[in-house]
Amino acid sequence: MTFPILTSLIVLPIVGAVLLFAIKEDDAHAATIRNVALIVSALVFAETLLLWSRFNAATADFQFVERHAWIPAFGISYFVGVDGISLFLLVLTGLLTPLALLSSWESVHKRLKVFCIFVLLLESAMIGVFVSLDLFLFYVFWDAMLVPMYFLIGIWGYDRRVYAAVKFILYTMAGSVLMLLAILGLAYMHNTANGAYSFDLLRMYALPIPERVQFWFFLAFALAFAIKVPLFPFHTWLPDAHVEAPTAGSVILAGVLLKMGTYGLVRFAFPLFPAAAATFAPWLALLAVVGIIYGALVAMVQPDMKKLVAYSSVSHLGFVVLGIAAMNTQGMQGAVYQMLNHGVSTGGLFLIVGMLSDRRHTRLIAEYGGLKRVVPHLVSAFLLVTLSSIGLPGLNGFVGEFLILLGAFRADPRMAAFAATGVILSATYMLWMFQRVNYGEVTNEANASMPDLSRREWTILVPVVAVAVLMGVLPNIFLRPIEPSVDRMLALTQRSASFRAQAARSPERLALPNRGVAARSPERLALPNRGVAARSPERLALPNRGVAARSSERLALPNRGVAARSPERLALPNRGVAARSPERLALPNRGVAARSPERLALPVRGPAPHSPGSARLSAERRVP
Amino acid sequence: MLLLIPLLPFIGFLVNASFGRRLTKRVAGAVACGAMILSFVVSVAAVFRLLSFDPESRVMAQTVYEWITSGDLAVPFTLRLDPLSAVMILIVTGIGSLIHVYSTAYMHEERDAEYARYFSYLNLFATFMLVLVLGANFLVLFVGWEGVGLCSYLLIGFWYQKKSASDAGKKAFIVNRIGDFGFVLGVLLTFVRFGTLDFQQVARSLANLGTETTFGTVSVITLLLFVGATGKSAQIPLYVWLPDAMEGPTPVSALIHAATMVTAGVYMIGRNAVLFGHAPLTLKFVAVIGVATAFFAGTIGLVQNDIKRVLAYSTVSQLGYMFLAMGVGAYAAGIFHLYTHAFFKALLFLGSGAVIHALAGEQDLRRMGGLKRDLPVTYWTFLIGAIAISGVPGFAGFFSKDEILAKTFESGHTLLWGVGLLTSLLTAIYMFRVVYLAFHGKPAAAPQPAHPEEEEPAAQAHAHSHLHDAPPAMALVLIVLAAGSVLAGYVGLGGRFEHFLEPSFAPQTAKAAADGGTGMTLMIVSIVVAFAGIGIATYYFLKNCRAAAVMAARFAGLRLVLQNKYYVDEIYDATVVQPIRIVSEDGLWKTIDVRLIDGAVNGVGETVGGASEVLRRVQTGSVRAYAASLLLGVVLVLGYYLWR
Repeated sequence: MTFPILTSLIVLPIVGAVLLFAIKEDDAHAATIRNVALIVSALVFAETLLLWSRFNAATADFQFVERHAWIPAFGISYFVGVDGISLFLLVLTGLLTPLALLSSWESVHKRLKVFCIFVLLLESAMIGVFVSLDLFLFYVFWDAMLVPMYFLIGIWGYDRRVYAAVKFILYTMAGSVLMLLAILGLAYMHNTANGAYSFDLLRMYALPIPERVQFWFFLAFALAFAIKVPLFPFHTWLPDAHVEAPTAGSVILAGVLLKMGTYGLVRFAFPLFPAAAATFAPWLALLAVVGIIYGALVAMVQPDMKKLVAYSSVSHLGFVVLGIAAMNTQGMQGAVYQMLNHGVSTGGLFLIVGMLSDRRHTRLIAEYGGLKRVVPHLVSAFLLVTLSSIGLPGLNGFVGEFLILLGAFRADPRMAAFAATGVILSATYMLWMFQRVNYGEVTNEANASMPDLSRREWTILVPVVAVAVLMGVLPNIFLRPIEPSVDRMLALTQRSASFRAQAARSPERLALPNRGVAARSPERLALPNRGVAARSPERLALPNRGVAARSSERLALPNRGVAARSPERLALPNRGVAARSPERLALPNRGVAARSPERLALPVRGPAPHSPGSARLSAERRVP
Repeated sequence: MLLLIPLLPFIGFLVNASFGRRLTKRVAGAVACGAMILSFVVSVAAVFRLLSFDPESRVMAQTVYEWITSGDLAVPFTLRLDPLSAVMILIVTGIGSLIHVYSTAYMHEERDAEYARYFSYLNLFATFMLVLVLGANFLVLFVGWEGVGLCSYLLIGFWYQKKSASDAGKKAFIVNRIGDFGFVLGVLLTFVRFGTLDFQQVARSLANLGTETTFGTVSVITLLLFVGATGKSAQIPLYVWLPDAMEGPTPVSALIHAATMVTAGVYMIGRNAVLFGHAPLTLKFVAVIGVATAFFAGTIGLVQNDIKRVLAYSTVSQLGYMFLAMGVGAYAAGIFHLYTHAFFKALLFLGSGAVIHALAGEQDLRRMGGLKRDLPVTYWTFLIGAIAISGVPGFAGFFSKDEILAKTFESGHTLLWGVGLLTSLLTAIYMFRVVYLAFHGKPAAAPQPAHPEEEEPAAQAHAHSHLHDAPPAMALVLIVLAAGSVLAGYVGLGGRFEHFLEPSFAPQTAKAAADGGTGMTLMIVSIVVAFAGIGIATYYFLKNCRAAAVMAARFAGLRLVLQNKYYVDEIYDATVVQPIRIVSEDGLWKTIDVRLIDGAVNGVGETVGGASEVLRRVQTGSVRAYAASLLLGVVLVLGYYLWR
């Protein structure tokens, strides 16, 4: 049996927490406590890098899969695995946790041991969320994560910390309760359809769900995720939580926790409920665009640096949701990339704001001014992180933003146009803050004798800046492993005909130039999910890709929509069946499977759980 | 080899940015200048190599690596040298080297660390500018495009302790971002329409498409790209940042805000000549905006009192000419003007820098005068620059400007030609106004009585006694540029320049040359206008200064409008900036976020809290109360069963 690397990732921080528990808490042991926590989190980071180095970038399958029965009566299992989407979120978590710990080195003295324990437990839960492939397990980690975060804000926060912590937990719980109901509903439906309960995500992907049910389940999932993202108008917990949280809390909150919302949309809400996703995607895109502009405008007028960065997160996460809602390769890939970017650049901003407030114990912009002369190195790092946040080409933010805008443009040019104003606004609020804090004369005496970066702070900022540059200059290192997984999620999401069919029914869309690409390259029309497979023929040979390729008859199905949009293809003899039954066009293709129950009994569904191949289940099932 | 061209200044940047604090000025300056000059040498070698090819196949390309790949999008980091890029890299590295050398003297009074910081920014600028002009696709170009914007931001705000400087830097960046908004959308639409971002491939896929007579996709693309150009190249309505950019050190104004960066918009249109050629409607728009900007900025330039601001408006105006050329399809003429302008405008800025340097920072024309005697080198070179920009025959500006006007006339845009001609009159007037006010007349003329409220110049002490002319490094650069301002135009004789550039604009074959008669008449008209402008300036600002005051008094209202630059900044502030700020602060944040959404959330919280308050009262913790309720329950349950 191979080494269970994912389990070890989840367990390692817990082991660290237990170790800490055994250390006596007094001033003499403070250094030991800090070192143990730091070393453990650094080990976790090293292990995520190891995971990355052994990750096979060419496949969309879940890798390093582990599965053990947990509560067999309800089909609940401990089922974990990573694909290209979750891989880098793990690496990000691994990177940010030690940095967050380091950042609180000198600012947290009160109950240090408990603080470190909570940070490590939080890390464990976050890793759990990203690797869970069992819905029940996912939910457990999802809720488990709330507890340490609640205490981090509530105990080590600033003045209004209790209000912020309660607001944070109530908001999140409101969403996750509905999600739990939907998860239970899914298990129930699985029981009805197959005679056994299951929480297995891959089986759920293949579960035929009536469109009406999808509608409600999607809403339940999407609400939980939208609150977490946070999507306008569910965002008001975020500024409070950020402002009150200690630096470490803000870094993890912005860097990793928010990504769980967008990750959830990509992994659960969209592929599980394709028909509903297609219906709601334009609305999500609309909320995302509102959030982009709204967050930026409100960020502009904030007097508090942390609040400004918090609102800028609303704006940036709006971009991520916009990319997901575009439901095409560039949009979703850009969204995944932007999740990582936001973690690095906003995490970096919070780290820097934390360093300033460590020195001056205030976060009000008006309290600063002229820092460039006093602390030139800190300001240089500040500048680089600022530039990364406003998407300067050559740094990380640009790549994600551009891909998202491209994807959104293909889905709906108007959305992209409105979203692109965010490019102007982000420059406005970031540079204005930067100017007020760093330029001008030193007007406040208290700023005149600030020390520049300490060695510890160098250690924190160098990796942040280095990653920002790396991700801007060599994005393909990350994009390559992400792409197959994104395409797979997209293939699941685009099983529905209705969205595409809708597009076909509105002729003015056909006139749009972006449709033209497909029209001009007819060979692409035959391929699902636009050409990705077509352009990389070697991928076709891979099993998971192969599904699409091998099932040529599927390609004829109108549910791809592309075909639907080219009526002359429908007239071809082999398309005949579909063409002659137009009512099918409106049905999600899940429906086909639903109507032929014998398919559900396909042997592939059977055991084969421990092999990575099990990840292929859902894809296999889709072969008619 | 191509990569080396931007890489050399980048290495210079890295050295000065990392170790600058520990380097002496001499070393920091030598590193920066050395990197630039080496880059120039490599550029010259590359261009010679290019010239050795057939005229038809003059292209060199180097793909460094695959930059972004996603779905059907593949963006390699490719550099490509063709005749158009060749002209640009020679300008950037050539003029760039000269300005680096000039800066070693000009910035000498800065502290060591600041000195190194200055040169690191300057090198970084050169890197991005070279990437901009060598980039083979829209995104690589955009890397340079944004990068030069960043350096411009950093260098305008170089003296960051001055609020006006950091404000100006920020304004430049944000106004450019407004342009980028259009540019990015244009790039997206290009990709969606053509499936590629490579300039050559876009041009190729246009080959079998007819020009758009109506407002179609290509028109939209080009218009959006042009929005980007108006930002970077300071055209109406986004020109407002450039005059403010004069807050930066003067060599920066010369390099970035005159010779190179601001011409990026013109270059970008030239690079996409085929694309723009397919959208005649956009081209017409470009021409109109160009000529309107040229005229508009010229009028403002007439009355400004800050020597650098006059030059800034002059730059905006000259860029307008370049866009006019692009708009009438005379791409080669536009690039030709870009090239000659780089010499004489850099010269004028550096000359003004020498004046400012000598006067210890004084920039107000009203406090100059009579500098001719003390600053001979500066005077003569500045005069050559002024002659060149005014369009006096034999000097560089004449060749290029005349060509633009002639091409405009030939293409049938008589009205545009007329406005262009009028602008060239304005050009001669405002340039010679500067020459006369700064170098002729009485030394240190007192401030005009029209502005008694202004404080007496603190620097009156300079008293012109210890004035010294430009130090050797600066003087040398001025002389080289002056020579260039005279000679640069001759490259274009016999259509050689145009011929060299032709492959870059390929299918847009040059229109048939006008018959000699019209061409000659037009040229004579241009020459007459140039001399008329110089004559008017001589009358009002040299011979009969009182006449100028009388004129100013008669048109006081107009003068006020012009001096306040048509109040455009104030209008933008009142109609855009303030409304956004107020809506964001009072509307979105304090009303929607705090009152509405949070009010609702807290309302729900309080309702729940209220309900639990009621429930909490029940849970008194008193054992007797619990016992009583237990008893009550038992009684009720028993009663229910008994009575059933």
